[in-house]
Amino acid sequence: MKDFWTEVEPIVYEGRIKIPYSWQAGETASFFLTQLRDREKIWGKHCPECGKVLVPPRKSCPFCFVDTEKWVEVSDEGVVETFTLVREGTPIQPLKAPFAYAVIRLDGASTGLVHVLSEVEPEKIREGLRVKAVFSKDRKGSLLDIAYFKPVGS
Amino acid sequence: MGKRVAIVGTGQTHHRSVRRDVNGQELIHEAAVRALQDAALTIRDVDGVVIGNMDHFEGINYVDCWSIDGSGGYLKPTIKLTTGGTTGATLAIAGYHMVASGMFEKLLVIGWEKNSESDTTGAISTCADPIIERQIVAGAISGLALEAQAYMHRYGATPKDAARVSVRDRRHACNNPYAQLRGEITIEDVLNSPKLADPLRLLDMCPRSDGACAVIFASEDVAEKICPAPAWVLATANRHMYSDYTDVVEMSSLLSMVEASRELWKKLNIREPLKEVDVIELYQPYSWAGLIWIEDMGLCKKGEGPRLLWDGVTDMGGELPINPSGGVVATNPIGATGLIRCAEVALQIQGKAGAKQVPDVKLGVATGFGGNWWTDMLALGKKKPL
Amino acid sequence: MERVAIVGIGQTKHEARKKEVNFAELVYEAVNNALKDAGIGIGEIDNVVTTCNDFWDGRTISSMATGDVSGARGKNVSVVEGDGTFGAFYGLTRILSGAYGTTLVTAYSKGSESIPYLITNAAFDPIYMRSLGLDLVTACALQARRYMKRYGITEEECALVAVKNRGNALANPNAHQGMKITVEEVMRSPKIAEPLKAFDLSPVSDGACCIILAREDRAKKMSPRPAWVKGVSFCADAYLLGDRDLSECRALEKAAQAAYRMAGVQKPREEIDVAEIHDAFTYQELLWTEGLGFCGPGEGGKLVARGATAKSGELPVNPSGGLLGAHPVIAAGLIRIAEAARQLRGDAGGMQVKEDVRLALAHGVNGVCGQSHCVWILGRN
Repeated sequence: MKDFWTEVEPIVYEGRIKIPYSWQAGETASFFLTQLRDREKIWGKHCPECGKVLVPPRKSCPFCFVDTEKWVEVSDEGVVETFTLVREGTPIQPLKAPFAYAVIRLDGASTGLVHVLSEVEPEKIREGLRVKAVFSKDRKGSLLDIAYFKPVGS
Repeated sequence: MGKRVAIVGTGQTHHRSVRRDVNGQELIHEAAVRALQDAALTIRDVDGVVIGNMDHFEGINYVDCWSIDGSGGYLKPTIKLTTGGTTGATLAIAGYHMVASGMFEKLLVIGWEKNSESDTTGAISTCADPIIERQIVAGAISGLALEAQAYMHRYGATPKDAARVSVRDRRHACNNPYAQLRGEITIEDVLNSPKLADPLRLLDMCPRSDGACAVIFASEDVAEKICPAPAWVLATANRHMYSDYTDVVEMSSLLSMVEASRELWKKLNIREPLKEVDVIELYQPYSWAGLIWIEDMGLCKKGEGPRLLWDGVTDMGGELPINPSGGVVATNPIGATGLIRCAEVALQIQGKAGAKQVPDVKLGVATGFGGNWWTDMLALGKKKPL
Repeated sequence: MERVAIVGIGQTKHEARKKEVNFAELVYEAVNNALKDAGIGIGEIDNVVTTCNDFWDGRTISSMATGDVSGARGKNVSVVEGDGTFGAFYGLTRILSGAYGTTLVTAYSKGSESIPYLITNAAFDPIYMRSLGLDLVTACALQARRYMKRYGITEEECALVAVKNRGNALANPNAHQGMKITVEEVMRSPKIAEPLKAFDLSPVSDGACCIILAREDRAKKMSPRPAWVKGVSFCADAYLLGDRDLSECRALEKAAQAAYRMAGVQKPREEIDVAEIHDAFTYQELLWTEGLGFCGPGEGGKLVARGATAKSGELPVNPSGGLLGAHPVIAAGLIRIAEAARQLRGDAGGMQVKEDVRLALAHGVNGVCGQSHCVWILGRN
């Protein structure tokens, strides 16, 4: 086999899969996203069985397998549960490194929302930090209508 | 020795071209809830979840993990299978083996697809090898057109013969509240519909759909307690061969169907399938398959498929009705399609098929098609296997 | 459970970029190695399960490419999309169902052919998470931080895993990144997403693995020392990262408990002789040793620090080098099964932990941040 490769050049074929997608959000996520876009409000959905307020909202509770019922508005402020400071970025990230990803428990929510932190010095980020949503000026009905979270009072 | 396995509940969504009201997880949830309701079980009764779709149609990786919210797999064993168009049938076969193994007592098997979310042809073309074939492959339609051409050339069948298949299935679909396309069509409608790839016309082809199907497989230890007349899995057989489309040489005959059906009939001790099988849900992605593959399955000799169609043998009321649900040309959420075939046969055996019911079904066969000219088959029966 | 054994194992050498072969050819190599190991021909394989991932392969229905090279012709075959441990599970059930006497299972990946952060970003929900640009590394960094903060696990303790496993990989002829490194070198390596540094990450490797499972009556004819399947189970946790406490691994605990129960293992710390687990990141080895019951919650760091999981320790973990030594995605779990089987057979060469290995554990993960786990218990008898 070694001899074979002295005669033949290993060809590498460059290609890309480009498939356009249009994901339907469904009624539940559509309400959540349009509320971000139109009213800068964040909503969760309440499970009648376990009592959790699910943020982001789901049509059925993943834990109980029953339909969620009430819409519950949650605060745009909450607490950092865990985070990571990204040092080496990739082109698909919404912010340039260094920036932080965080799991944020908004006041009133039972589950964490994963988002990004900005306008904060890396050393100041810690578990328990209170943060507030900063909405984007150009909102389209997507999760990034919240541009990022920043420390409360800053 | 393994356990005997039966289907004790089925559920499906009302299949449509686009379901804008739900996202993928919610679609899955609908079918899962319906199957549980059908079996009068709760999600807590289920020991595991098996799920499948074709990745590039929705662009989501690790779907077994992603779908937990909708599938009910939270803190349960959850696993994903995907084999192109045969996915649904592959899932059913997996449901059988996993329960027969004794590892699960009640298993929820889900097939789903939200084809409206992507460019179906673009996505499916990525199945071709990027170096050898992808630059020339143009989706599924042209491949099927090659088969139709080869068959026409060899046996003299005509587009009119193929159209008779579409007419049958669209008529049958009128009895199926879950079917997507529920309007009768005529031979002329088919022959006048827009040409896609010679000789295929629009009404020869299946649509693409948003839909999901869920089936609950149960072990003999509990099946009859859950459902007094379940549909027992009698035998399975499949063939997935060929790496590239260019490997297929003879196109007027579906080799995987020939081999898989031979194995299935042998396992069932069936000599004359036309007489001994009561109903078939055939994964028939286009009309011509309804002529070619019934020959390859051994219902009649090569070239005689059209005769069976024109004699009404495969119509409701005929000797061996095919696709009482309307089949794939009426409804095609790809990852679910093969599983829907299985669910429909189960309904037939259980006597729960409503307006689609074929009288006195004791033995039914469901097939799957997809990938590189692959075939999967399952036989379900009323009588508990020995 | 009826007695089924692993009678043949085969792998390729796992490397950064295997330019000379495509992934089908990789699988073919692993299949032939496994057949040779079992001393049988492809004709004695009754059915085949290939483990694939359409995203990593850049092909939908990627199993099209690997069927023929796995001997699919004329046989009943199927596919699992997920880590190799899950594929092997399905392969096992196809024997236990009574349908087949032998199953050949393959798993492979050519990670070099893709852009990993795009591939793993696709695992995130398109509506609620994908636009955040998360990938496996950044998501696992969130988990690492949560886990380490909760229990006071230190970065140095994580670094010990890299030192141990990459060191172990030096004795593994198939490993990709066997190297002698120090804790200081790990600590000084470039920060990727804190607390993860370059040496905390497993490499992305090209490689394939194949195992042959056989029912007892067939196994006895094939292998002088089959590795018997004593227990296996798997379990998935909630999906959205914020839906669970990332410092916990209840899915792993459930899967492990079920597998131990099946195998009749009551005290894993004492009864398991060696474990091959999914160390995609250094912190994961610590967290999973807790979930597997090798130590109490939060004690993973102390476990590795006192040398308990070293090759010569009381419960060696990843003597093969684990994923830190070689990580062809999807194949990772199947390789763990193969390496565990080797320990039981006593032919693990320089990786052999001791002569008398009776029970071995193999573990695989699917999804992000260890959402779904599969645990295998293999035994010599």
